[in-house]
Amino acid sequence: MANIFHIAVCASVVPDPLQTLEPVTGPTGPGLKNEMMLPAVLDPWAASALYEAANLAAAHAGSKVYLVTLGPKAKVQQVMMTVAQKVPFELVAVDGPLGGFTDAHSTATALADAIAAIPGLDRERLLLFGGWESASRGAGATLQIVGERLGVTDQFQGVDQITVNEDGSFEVLERVEGGKHQVSVCAGTPAVLGWATGNLPEPRNNPQVGMANMRGVMPALQKAKNVKLNANGLSYVSVSLPKQQRVTRVVRDVPEDEIAREIVQWIAE
Amino acid sequence: MEKLLVLTHVDESGAALTRASLEAVAAGVEFAGALGATLSIGVVDAQGAASAQQLGSINARVLAVTGVEFAQARYSTDAAACEALVRAAEATLVFAPASSRFARVMPGVAHRIGGFVETHITALAKGETLEATRWFYRQRVEAVVRRETRPWFLLLEAGTRSAFITNGGAPREVETVSVTLPALRTNVSGVRAPKQDEQTIRPDAKILFVAGAGWTKKQADGQVHAAEAETLILGFLKAADASLGSSKSLVDQSGENQTVLKFMTHMNQIGQTGATPRHPKGLSTCCHGEEPHVVGWRFINERRAISLDPNCGWARGKADVLYVADAFKVMAKVNALLVK
Repeated sequence: MANIFHIAVCASVVPDPLQTLEPVTGPTGPGLKNEMMLPAVLDPWAASALYEAANLAAAHAGSKVYLVTLGPKAKVQQVMMTVAQKVPFELVAVDGPLGGFTDAHSTATALADAIAAIPGLDRERLLLFGGWESASRGAGATLQIVGERLGVTDQFQGVDQITVNEDGSFEVLERVEGGKHQVSVCAGTPAVLGWATGNLPEPRNNPQVGMANMRGVMPALQKAKNVKLNANGLSYVSVSLPKQQRVTRVVRDVPEDEIAREIVQWIAE
Repeated sequence: MEKLLVLTHVDESGAALTRASLEAVAAGVEFAGALGATLSIGVVDAQGAASAQQLGSINARVLAVTGVEFAQARYSTDAAACEALVRAAEATLVFAPASSRFARVMPGVAHRIGGFVETHITALAKGETLEATRWFYRQRVEAVVRRETRPWFLLLEAGTRSAFITNGGAPREVETVSVTLPALRTNVSGVRAPKQDEQTIRPDAKILFVAGAGWTKKQADGQVHAAEAETLILGFLKAADASLGSSKSLVDQSGENQTVLKFMTHMNQIGQTGATPRHPKGLSTCCHGEEPHVVGWRFINERRAISLDPNCGWARGKADVLYVADAFKVMAKVNALLVK
């Protein structure tokens, strides 16, 4: 029997990593200065998950990829202009706040509800993908809670590879301490995979894929439900940039021998 | 009154608690005292022998989940074990090490218990109540948080405090907690690691060597010297017993059909989309860039850099010493001195 996967990829929208970030505190709590104005990208590790999902779906006919995202509609639309050209997917959008200071449990509730409501989603064939941590909150918590809410208790985090066997079981490589991978074999779907980098390069832009995706993106954004995220008792005592600035001793016009001796001595201290 | 539970697990040998677990125990002892909380230690230990020796006569209730099913670091069994321990201890606060094993399961366990989780905690303090420090936006913004709701789970980063050392007293009695396991659908078949002499990631190394994309760029003679770069880098790692980190631009080159260093993988990547390892010292070479890369060595205590650019954003204001020099020449001489 052919293996067919319904892959839901949870992915947030985050500020472009090259942007300078400045935290500010507003009436609703901490955020980033000019947050809505900052150029945004799809979260890098979640993007790896999306590319891996598309690759898996392409290899198993009949499989589908859903990109599930929570963020302000305008920001998501902006990011989709680029992401939609990469790989085929169906967008499932939830309209909600941007940023890393929201509570992971509330975010997970909104995402789980959105996934559960996807028409035609076969939960027995579900692979719940996402980045193992986001580049905003970076908690590494949301995906596990989404999985629990959907009743999926075979979960893997820091995934770099999935290999599907003919019988529907699959081998997963997860990052563990010391630059190693833990190797597991799961009997089959449903499962949660929080991706690290994976092995695939970023796909080139494909205008045809972009046009096909965008036909679904705009309607998905229009019907995106607005959600309010509960803080669940979480409050911030302080939010700040690291202040530490080191006084750098610049050593120039010194022979390599001398530099090498100094470095070796420093290592030995 | 708060009821504080510290969750721990054994290492790969199965015979001892991990160092990160013992660090969490030390945090538990300190903050149980500061908060006036009762303290329990929960141990996931297949053989059921590790905790007695290492915890000694600690002034805490010791609970353990034992059994062959818990020898594997697997979500379904670990989550069930931790859930049972938290329920048995009736914990309102839970400390646990942010190991790959517990980071995988603790958010799910918190959800099952009806609690909430904070991860990557680098510091704890007692203000009006317990306060926890963690980083956001990949180590670029630091925040101190607290929760009114309970149970509150806190995953503590390894290397942020000293490990608990037993006083050598007679071991506490260990209470075994029974666990109802779900049907097991996942089997952990092992660990895949590079051969010993090819392993470039060494978390316990005293020094982190950071290689940047400059190693694979054209040098003064107009040629790329990737083979020489590999020899120099591997030579240093071996001679100094160092761990290897890399900038994103260098590891990304493998996907862009550019010259690559064969031993370099995304596992080595540090920075905003990579790891933020903790080592006492760090030496960066041929790196360039600004904030996104610099976060990679935010937790390196002593930092030095070698770069041809005296205004390198990686080094200026971030490193203690910047050597404006050719890394190829300097590292060749460093290696020669180290092997003497």
